[in-house]
Amino acid sequence: MTVAALAEVADVSAVEDRHVRLAGVTRVFGRPGTPKSVHALGPIDLDLRRGEFFSVVGPSGCGKSTLLDVLAGLSKPTEGTAEFEGRPIDGVPAGVGVVFQEDASFPWLTVADNVAFGLRRAGVDAAEIARRVDYAVGFMGLKAFAGAYPAQLSGGMRQRVCIARTLVMQPRLILLDEPFGALDQQTRLLMGDELLRLWRETSATVLLITHALDEAAMLSDRVGVMSARPGVFIDVVETGWEVERDSRIVSHHRFGDITGRLWEKLRTESLKHLRDG
Amino acid sequence: MTREGWIRLVVVAAAVAALEIACRTGWIPTTVVIPPSAMATSLYDILVSGTHWGDILVSLRSVAAAGVLAIGLGFLVGAVIHALPPVRSAAEPLLASYYAVPTFMFYPVFIILFGVGSAAIVAIAVLLAIVAMISATLIGLDRIPRVLGKTALIMRMGPVERAFRISLPAAMPYLFTGVKLAVAYAFIGVIASEFILSGAGMGYAIAYAYNNFNNREMYGLMLLIVVLVTIVNTALDAVDRRLQARLRR
Repeated sequence: MTVAALAEVADVSAVEDRHVRLAGVTRVFGRPGTPKSVHALGPIDLDLRRGEFFSVVGPSGCGKSTLLDVLAGLSKPTEGTAEFEGRPIDGVPAGVGVVFQEDASFPWLTVADNVAFGLRRAGVDAAEIARRVDYAVGFMGLKAFAGAYPAQLSGGMRQRVCIARTLVMQPRLILLDEPFGALDQQTRLLMGDELLRLWRETSATVLLITHALDEAAMLSDRVGVMSARPGVFIDVVETGWEVERDSRIVSHHRFGDITGRLWEKLRTESLKHLRDG
Repeated sequence: MTREGWIRLVVVAAAVAALEIACRTGWIPTTVVIPPSAMATSLYDILVSGTHWGDILVSLRSVAAAGVLAIGLGFLVGAVIHALPPVRSAAEPLLASYYAVPTFMFYPVFIILFGVGSAAIVAIAVLLAIVAMISATLIGLDRIPRVLGKTALIMRMGPVERAFRISLPAAMPYLFTGVKLAVAYAFIGVIASEFILSGAGMGYAIAYAYNNFNNREMYGLMLLIVVLVTIVNTALDAVDRRLQARLRR
């Protein structure tokens, strides 16, 4: 095989490894160029490798959630292209699951019915639904609450219901929009452990939007730091963690270095956000 | 039974006992109010003799028709108003002041439109009940968390599926409050209209007994209405409480 042919093979494998691609993506709300328009995002260039855990941190209002909406197909880029598995994102792509910050559990359904909701819609047979729901409910530590309604659960447990509902659909890309934002620090760390377990188990690509630097540093393979609005990536930090990791990593000597670097980049941007509002 | 339930029972029992004593001792003349025990025996006689079963059925049919129409139309009108913000801005002040208007003053209009009979009675009851359902629909649709709409989009639901699988169940606790109120107003509308617009029904039977100085029958029929309304309301309230419990977070 010639050198040129080898280079081509390497290129192809790189493309196959690329699960999500954003190229020159911008998002402007309102008619671009008009006084009332808001340039919320971009231009953003980002490649997510298949199976990686990528987090996005940035000051409030920098367009993190807009970025997630573009990836989820809930919002169209004003300019640039967004691709998932090599296909342009036009509407919500199949194989994408989203967990929002707000409680999105269905209050009129039990935990088990919440988790089974998507599978029933998809026409999966009853035995398979039972098997997958049982696994997901057990995986998220909700077995004893399978028959309970969301109103009977704590905030963290309801968020686990939403994660389980996403998990059973076996998404290849999981988008998480500050899913633990409303939880206390200890619960967040433990939920982070469950998220890491879920990520390892499913081999899905995960994109996590968070405002918590420690959460991003602990969970991620890479962390993208966004500027104040309009949000662009000003740094992408490789954490270099092993795949097998959990919340005990916060005591690792490199953990402080990573969060320190993230904060160093973010501090100026956060000050800018505070100053400009 | 809960502590509150016991207290409620004791208060009602005490009030009934006080009325019984007041009537039996002559504090309240029996030409004005008969003792509750006499009301109960009168009610028993009415039910056993079957003399008023026709009236009971006429009233219940009218209440059911008015309730169904008010709930169905109220929901539809509420959903349309909710979908059209400019219409909502225009309609909301009118809805807010609606119950300041004494609906019964329109009864001559309904007699002209529908004639004397059930149709006019149902129309008045619907007029009385519908706005409660419209308001509840607006509140219910307003209170659907935005995140559930986003979840429906992520699940790639179309508008119809989203309406039936997400919006309707999410708004149901609020909608059911409207159902409860609409049924209560339907009862009020029907019974009150029967006094003036009907030749049959429980309202008419009460008016007839009153005009013929038949206090015993009048109070028996009044007690029947109280019992019926209490049963219906208790059943609706039980459902309402279950739905509301799911909202508590």
